[in-house]
Amino acid sequence: MAFVSSGYDPKEPMKDRMADIGPRHFDDFYPPVIKRNKGKWLYHEILEPGVLVHVSESGEEIYSVRVGGARLMSCEMIREICEIADKHCDGFVRWTTRNNVEFMVDKKEKVEPLKKDLLSRKQPGGCFKFPVGGTGAGVTNIVHTQGWVHCHTPATDASGPVKATMDVLFDDFTSMRLPAQVRVSLACCLNMCGAVHCSDIAMLGYHRKPPMLDHEYLDKMCEIPLAIAACPTAAIKPAKIDLPDGKKVNTVAVNAERCMFCGNCYTMCPSMPLADTEGDGIVIMVGGKVSNRISAPKFSKVVVAFLPNEAPRWPQTTSVIKKIIEKYAEGAKKYERVGEWAERIGWERFFEVCDLEFTHHLIDDFRDPAYYTWRQTTQFKWPSK
Amino acid sequence: MAKHETPLLDELESGPWPSFVSDVKREAQFRKENPRNINFQIPADAPDDLLGVLELSYKHGRTHWKHGGIVGVFGYGGGVIGRYCDQPEMFPGVAHFHTMRVNQPGGKFYTTEYLRQLCDIWQMRGSGLTNMHGSTGDIILLGTQTDQLEEIFYELSHNMNQDLGGSGSNLRTPSDCVGQARCEYACYDTQALCFQLTQDYQDELHRPAFPYKFKFKFDGCPNCCVASIARSDMSFIGTWRDDIRIDQKAVAGYVGGEFKPNAGAHSGRDWGKFNIVAEVVDRCPTKCMRFEGGKLEINNKECTRCMHCINVMPRALRIGEDRGLSILVGAKAPIVDGAQMSSLLVPFLPVEEPYDELKAVIEAVWDWWMEEGKNRERLGELIKRQGFQKLLEATNIAPSPVHVKEPRSNPYIFWKAEEVEGGFDRDITEFRKHHLR
Ligand code: HEM
Ligand code: HEM
Ligand code: SF4
Ligand code: SF4
Ligand code: SF4
Ligand code: SF4
Repeated sequence: MAFVSSGYDPKEPMKDRMADIGPRHFDDFYPPVIKRNKGKWLYHEILEPGVLVHVSESGEEIYSVRVGGARLMSCEMIREICEIADKHCDGFVRWTTRNNVEFMVDKKEKVEPLKKDLLSRKQPGGCFKFPVGGTGAGVTNIVHTQGWVHCHTPATDASGPVKATMDVLFDDFTSMRLPAQVRVSLACCLNMCGAVHCSDIAMLGYHRKPPMLDHEYLDKMCEIPLAIAACPTAAIKPAKIDLPDGKKVNTVAVNAERCMFCGNCYTMCPSMPLADTEGDGIVIMVGGKVSNRISAPKFSKVVVAFLPNEAPRWPQTTSVIKKIIEKYAEGAKKYERVGEWAERIGWERFFEVCDLEFTHHLIDDFRDPAYYTWRQTTQFKWPSK
Repeated sequence: MAKHETPLLDELESGPWPSFVSDVKREAQFRKENPRNINFQIPADAPDDLLGVLELSYKHGRTHWKHGGIVGVFGYGGGVIGRYCDQPEMFPGVAHFHTMRVNQPGGKFYTTEYLRQLCDIWQMRGSGLTNMHGSTGDIILLGTQTDQLEEIFYELSHNMNQDLGGSGSNLRTPSDCVGQARCEYACYDTQALCFQLTQDYQDELHRPAFPYKFKFKFDGCPNCCVASIARSDMSFIGTWRDDIRIDQKAVAGYVGGEFKPNAGAHSGRDWGKFNIVAEVVDRCPTKCMRFEGGKLEINNKECTRCMHCINVMPRALRIGEDRGLSILVGAKAPIVDGAQMSSLLVPFLPVEEPYDELKAVIEAVWDWWMEEGKNRERLGELIKRQGFQKLLEATNIAPSPVHVKEPRSNPYIFWKAEEVEGGFDRDITEFRKHHLR
């Protein structure tokens, strides 16, 4: 493993430096049929789950075959995607915002061979490498964050729960039987690097124990004022304590009642870890959306306050999600998103229909907006039984 | 033989959905065999050790990554996320495992040539593992060591003409929907605007000078495929001012069952015969449509461009021709004061190069935020703290009913002295002449 220089000279970092050049221009990457028809598309149609055609004013067509995949992707997998794109798509390919891959061809005859090729490729355990689907009124790929694969504050994993959930929802990835599209997402802590706060169904990692304090090291490892300033709820204050050996040290104290378990302190100060086997788990939120279609965009609402981390397949989490989707499929009207359905039938009915327990955790008590979520009317529904 | 036993992760190698575990194992196997004789610059067994440390997390229910640490490339304040493993002796291959964010191309279109070049660099100088893509949009190169950062940056920039993306308190890598490249709903060229602003604001992207992070996202229409309204401090959403174009023959095609509603999105279930009144006219949020005598009419003045009718009948209805975008501001995730959607600031701007009008709005917002924003205060929080009026003042935009869902329901108006005839300075002596003490 001898060091190989790129040409960069650490003694002269500014020599030949190319900085601020930005991304590559998109023109370099458009398939020719797109270059010719950009801005001229007339309409599109989903021919079957995962296969779209877009038709241009010029009469030209582009067929896109959408496949799901793991966001955590190896270079060998990318090379395989390249091989497929070279074979069928003249060397062009794109990703969607939701971690799907789209293979595009300019003739209908090219679709079937491409699809066959994609579906024939399996991983050693039998998983599809390139499941075709993710279009229309179904479930598409899950947007998610890093989890235990790369972050320091997660309260759950990301890739594992996503894989487990998509296995359970697979039939809705490859079909279009739902009343509208269902967007599922996951963020592994309340920083919510993914847009889980506006998803039809969201999994959110949540800690439930305040940070532990490594008093002996805290002052040595951390800038105490920075840790204090990092706390969004002002739960941390400076403290002095006596260690068992009698030594007096500077440290901090955490007011557990004010802690919202965000981990910002840990980001600033490694002597304040939060992660905990029993404390950590998943919150389920539902009913958000970002589209302006019919009703305005909505935030997701918490409907299950906590489910434990059950690695490797998170069975309680996936079964709650499956149940909500089934009830939604039964009860919602055509075009109605999960949140619109819940609002039409009423949240009291939603909990009943989905057989979810309503606990005190689900009543907002966080700052000002909480009041607007209580019921300021005599209109409510009685239970149906 | 795998380097570490991973019985828990192995359970994620079955089922229909692609398995990231199988995929990481594939890269591990590739590195072990090294058929292309790559001169690996970080431990060849990094993917093995990643599986090892992840298995340990599956056993413990806790992450084994430590907080970052400041690593990066010279002159940039972002683009690299430092990461260290808390069990470096058990998993030396990932003891140091920093990610690099690579600024993705518009619409995430690629050539295989580009992707292979990227893999060439990353398999030699990093773990060979990526995220396609991070949730902001960047290509994420997952895991390398400090001494490789400059080398990778050098090769990306010199061999691929490719820059890093943003992280930290700066402009984050902007991202766009597929837009006009392949979508008939796009009201402006999202990729062109995203690219140009990314180029024009490279300094803001690479050198943190903001109170906190700042995101741009570009959606071509109100369907918001990149979730700009929920996920960006400044959301640029395509819209139009004139009439929805109607092709009555195609309307008849939908009514007669010749075309599938919603472009076929509902074909997996028998929803019965398409009913244009129930499914379109009655669902229109503004009730501005009418279907009579086989003819569809839209009272366009009342239409709020929600996209529903167009989504249902893309062959019959098309976006208008007087197009541009709306700018909404202030979306953020819930931490700390609750989630915020973006709020409408500029109802309409035409999208014309070199985008001067648009940039004037952006820069006025930045000036205000940089002047008034507290450390780690997102734009949305500042607007909440100081009031929407302050933002209007800062951007010199006239208030109008489009800025609100409804007018305020309290009269506690903060009148300014200059708004009140005669101002606030008054003469108490004069007053007392008429009002005895
Ligand atoms: C206070 C709020 C936030 C904090 C403290 C925070 C912190 C972090 C940290 C520490 C990472 C590194 C994960 C790793 O090791 O790779 C990360 C990744 C990331 N964050 Fe955030 N984050 C916040 C909010 C957000 C939000 C609201 C978004 C986007 C809407 C976002 C987008 C990202 C993206 C794209 C990544 C790259 C990794 C990924 O895609 O999962 N972050 N964030
Ligand atoms: C800072 C806030 C407020 C102050 C300082 C205030 C002060 C007063 C005073 C001094 C009076 C007596 C006036 C008189 O004797 O003629 C009064 C009357 C009254 N206030 Fe307020 N008030 C406040 C807010 C409110 C609010 C928010 C409401 C209702 C939502 C309210 C409802 C009333 C009513 C109904 C009366 C009786 C008026 C009448 O019928 O004569 N007040 N208030
Ligand atoms: S959501 Fe939280 S734990 Fe997950 S990547 Fe973002 S900061 Fe890390
Ligand atoms: S976890 Fe968050 S709320 Fe709790 S003490 Fe740390 S910074 Fe404060
Ligand atoms: S946001 Fe609108 S224009 Fe952009 S891809 Fe989605 S539907 Fe098309
Ligand atoms: S776009 Fe929406 S508001 Fe406008 S006519 Fe169509 S359904 Fe009605």
